[in-house]
Amino acid sequence: MKFTLHIWRQENARAKGHFETYEIDNISADCSFLEMLDQLNEKLINDHIAHPVCFDNDCREGICGMCGLYINGRPHGNDDGVTTCQLHMRHFNDGDEIWVEPWRAKAFPIIKDLVVDRTAFDKIIQAGGYISATTGGVPDANNILVPKHVADQSMDAAACIGCGACVAACKNASAMLFVGAKISHLNLLPQGYPEAMDRTRKMIMKMDELGFGSCTNTYACEAECPKQIKRQNIARLNRCWIGQMFGRDRNN
Amino acid sequence: MKLDSKIPEGPLSQKWTNYKAAQKLVNPANKRKLDIIVVGTGLAGASAAASLGALGFHVDIFCIQDSPRRAHSIAAQGGINAAKNYQNDGDSVERLFKDTIKGGDYRAREANVYRLAEVSGDIIDQCVAQGVPFARDYSGLLDNRSFGGAQVSRTFYARGQTGQQLLLGAYGALSREIARGSVVLHERHEMMDLVIKDGRARGIIVRNLVTGELERYAAHAVVLATGGYGNVYYLSTNAMNSNGSAAWVCHRRGAAFANPCFVQIHPTCIPVHGDYQSKLTLMSESLRNDGRIWVPKKKEDAEAIRRGEKTALDIAEEDRDYYLERRYPAFGNLVPRDVASRAAKERCDAGYGVGPTGLAVYLDFADAIKRLGRDVVEQKYGNLFQMYQKIVDVDPYEYPMMIYPAVHYTMGGLWVDYELQTTIPGLFAAGEANFSDHGANRLGASALMQGLADGYFVLPYTLQNYLADQIYVGKIKAEGPEFDEAEKAVRDRMDSLMGIQGQHSVDHYHKALGRIMWEYCGMARSKESLATAKEKIAELEADFYQHVFIPGKAAEMNPELEKAYRLADYFELARLIVDDATQREESCGGHFRVEHQTEDGETLRDDDNFMFVAAWEYQGHDRPEVMHKEELNYEHIQIVKRNYK
Repeated sequence: MKFTLHIWRQENARAKGHFETYEIDNISADCSFLEMLDQLNEKLINDHIAHPVCFDNDCREGICGMCGLYINGRPHGNDDGVTTCQLHMRHFNDGDEIWVEPWRAKAFPIIKDLVVDRTAFDKIIQAGGYISATTGGVPDANNILVPKHVADQSMDAAACIGCGACVAACKNASAMLFVGAKISHLNLLPQGYPEAMDRTRKMIMKMDELGFGSCTNTYACEAECPKQIKRQNIARLNRCWIGQMFGRDRNN
Repeated sequence: MKLDSKIPEGPLSQKWTNYKAAQKLVNPANKRKLDIIVVGTGLAGASAAASLGALGFHVDIFCIQDSPRRAHSIAAQGGINAAKNYQNDGDSVERLFKDTIKGGDYRAREANVYRLAEVSGDIIDQCVAQGVPFARDYSGLLDNRSFGGAQVSRTFYARGQTGQQLLLGAYGALSREIARGSVVLHERHEMMDLVIKDGRARGIIVRNLVTGELERYAAHAVVLATGGYGNVYYLSTNAMNSNGSAAWVCHRRGAAFANPCFVQIHPTCIPVHGDYQSKLTLMSESLRNDGRIWVPKKKEDAEAIRRGEKTALDIAEEDRDYYLERRYPAFGNLVPRDVASRAAKERCDAGYGVGPTGLAVYLDFADAIKRLGRDVVEQKYGNLFQMYQKIVDVDPYEYPMMIYPAVHYTMGGLWVDYELQTTIPGLFAAGEANFSDHGANRLGASALMQGLADGYFVLPYTLQNYLADQIYVGKIKAEGPEFDEAEKAVRDRMDSLMGIQGQHSVDHYHKALGRIMWEYCGMARSKESLATAKEKIAELEADFYQHVFIPGKAAEMNPELEKAYRLADYFELARLIVDDATQREESCGGHFRVEHQTEDGETLRDDDNFMFVAAWEYQGHDRPEVMHKEELNYEHIQIVKRNYK
């Protein structure tokens, strides 16, 4: 297959960026989007045309959350429920023009080309996205009973990979789905109950402080989430937030 | 070099208790005066840093990704073993210990493995307390499944994302310590060298991957938790950035490297499909609980499938060869990984392989779907089936999956004693980066167990024992001739690579190295193939140093340069793997020498001559390494032939 690629190039955080156009040919339909970019980089290196395009990637099996490209206006491209590394070229037509951009959000500044800084997510987690269980001195695992449907719901939310597609998809660059998923994961479990109110307040305040926008319920985040995290997590986040304002410990 | 494994006195079941009772401790007021560096944020690194930070030590932790949550532990799918015996099916610490030693083909150290089994239950308790959403049954109790090499159900799991959930648990604990200020996180930083002062590990040189600048950090002790070196094969189930360089620079500075030839080839991966391919994707071992592995009985059927004239569904039941069930009736599809991988290779080499390349076998769920219903299968393995479908574009509910073995895990690593200390005082190694617990083959769901055991329950004790007398030395500063020398060495190494300005990309060489290793030092090795490997590696390495081309500058974000210095280390490591495989004139676990096999093609150990750990000492770039032996003494376990029939 043959493609025309328009790729965002930007030297560093301070430099001005622009689109650069490259042609690429002989791409197998079974090849992943990142493997296609590998081949472009190989060509750029071999022909000494330009510096290779920088993009974040690691596990290449859709679980580490490192990769994330805005492809033809959609985070992680035009297939549902996949990360960029799992997007295959068979989802494009031969001869397509493809626009490739980094995540666009104030809280995710560009580092170089398609690489952005997502440390804001880590800071939100550091604000309270955990259960304070110091190593040792915990009860036997089966002393804590968790109803199966609760464990399943918690696991659904915990599947978030922290890639940032929800923020990139949102016109307000809101992180509500990311935060809501973590709140659901922990607040639903009996182990997460004691800190639930505090956790909710601290994570939301940190999210606001870091420049993420508000949720206006268009659910672009849910539509683009590679792990199909549900918008119900945002509703639960709001309930927990309101609950903690009134000093109530209701979680769900 | 002296190898002292420092195994405590007493009967096996009392060794860890005795150690803890006799070890030295550091009082709380002194802990905050002691600095520890942890490199790597996977299960071992994150759990160690979180636990040490909570104890009150000051920890600096480093990772090459943009967040600690992305370390490759995240990709582990199937589960984590623990001797809880929740299923009342006869499990015990003793049983888990024995399975692990036997699974490792009697090449692991007894005392370390026993301790691992002993703390396994505590890990599950800890993870549940952190909110890891393990699978549960309808009563709200924890659920289990089986993995290869075991006849009990002791594997705890969180769908097909167990590694992710365990890592997020450890990442949460780590984040809490970062917020408290006891741990300082340095993301996008790569360890480039180890600094030794007065014979002790005292610091590291790191490269800031955003700016390309070199930075120095000093501490009273250094913990290496940087994973394995499977990417020396280029195509593996490892992440693209997983690399062996941090361990290798320590090796260059004097840390012995043990059993490098013990590499695990995982039987159930999605087969290779093109030369542009960058990695191989694993299909969890848990699938072998319900999936049945087969190839056609008749060669003409296999050939027709390869030509695309027939599909798996055209092969009648009686024309299918369920070769694992046929050869190993006792364990069937759940034989350990090395056995399953060799059996797949044997069938494909004999001409029964399927898929366009003939290098694939079927993993079939038709029976399971008939027996349990599609819903149950979907609930158990849904995300794995989806992943398969996305990659291969074939519906695994309709057609059997196609799988083939691929490089997955490295049992070898830095040599460590019972305290997880390397041969350099003050340098510790944990998780896949060390060699200690899996012998010649690791059992499924044991890597997560080992990483967390090391980090949560071993290092917090053994590091204290080491640090107890370090309170007298005062703060270690990142200055002096040792730091200057190490930083200069790193700079020189990068400058010389940047200066080559040849014409081939780094990947060009890495792919070539991978092909050599897979072809001549992969699933089957012989004296001749290893000699060929050695020759070809030397030629390729010489070519690399003349013709590699790295664009850009060293002082900027430069992924090509990162790949280049990691590959430069892989060349040395590849040579050592081959040397180690050559000296080990026996077959054991993942190391299969074709000269040493039984009549029916099983591994043939030589316990009289090779029941030892091979620990290699670096001698310089152009000189062969020197091997030291740590004899393995089995006092507790009875050594038998490893038989899964």
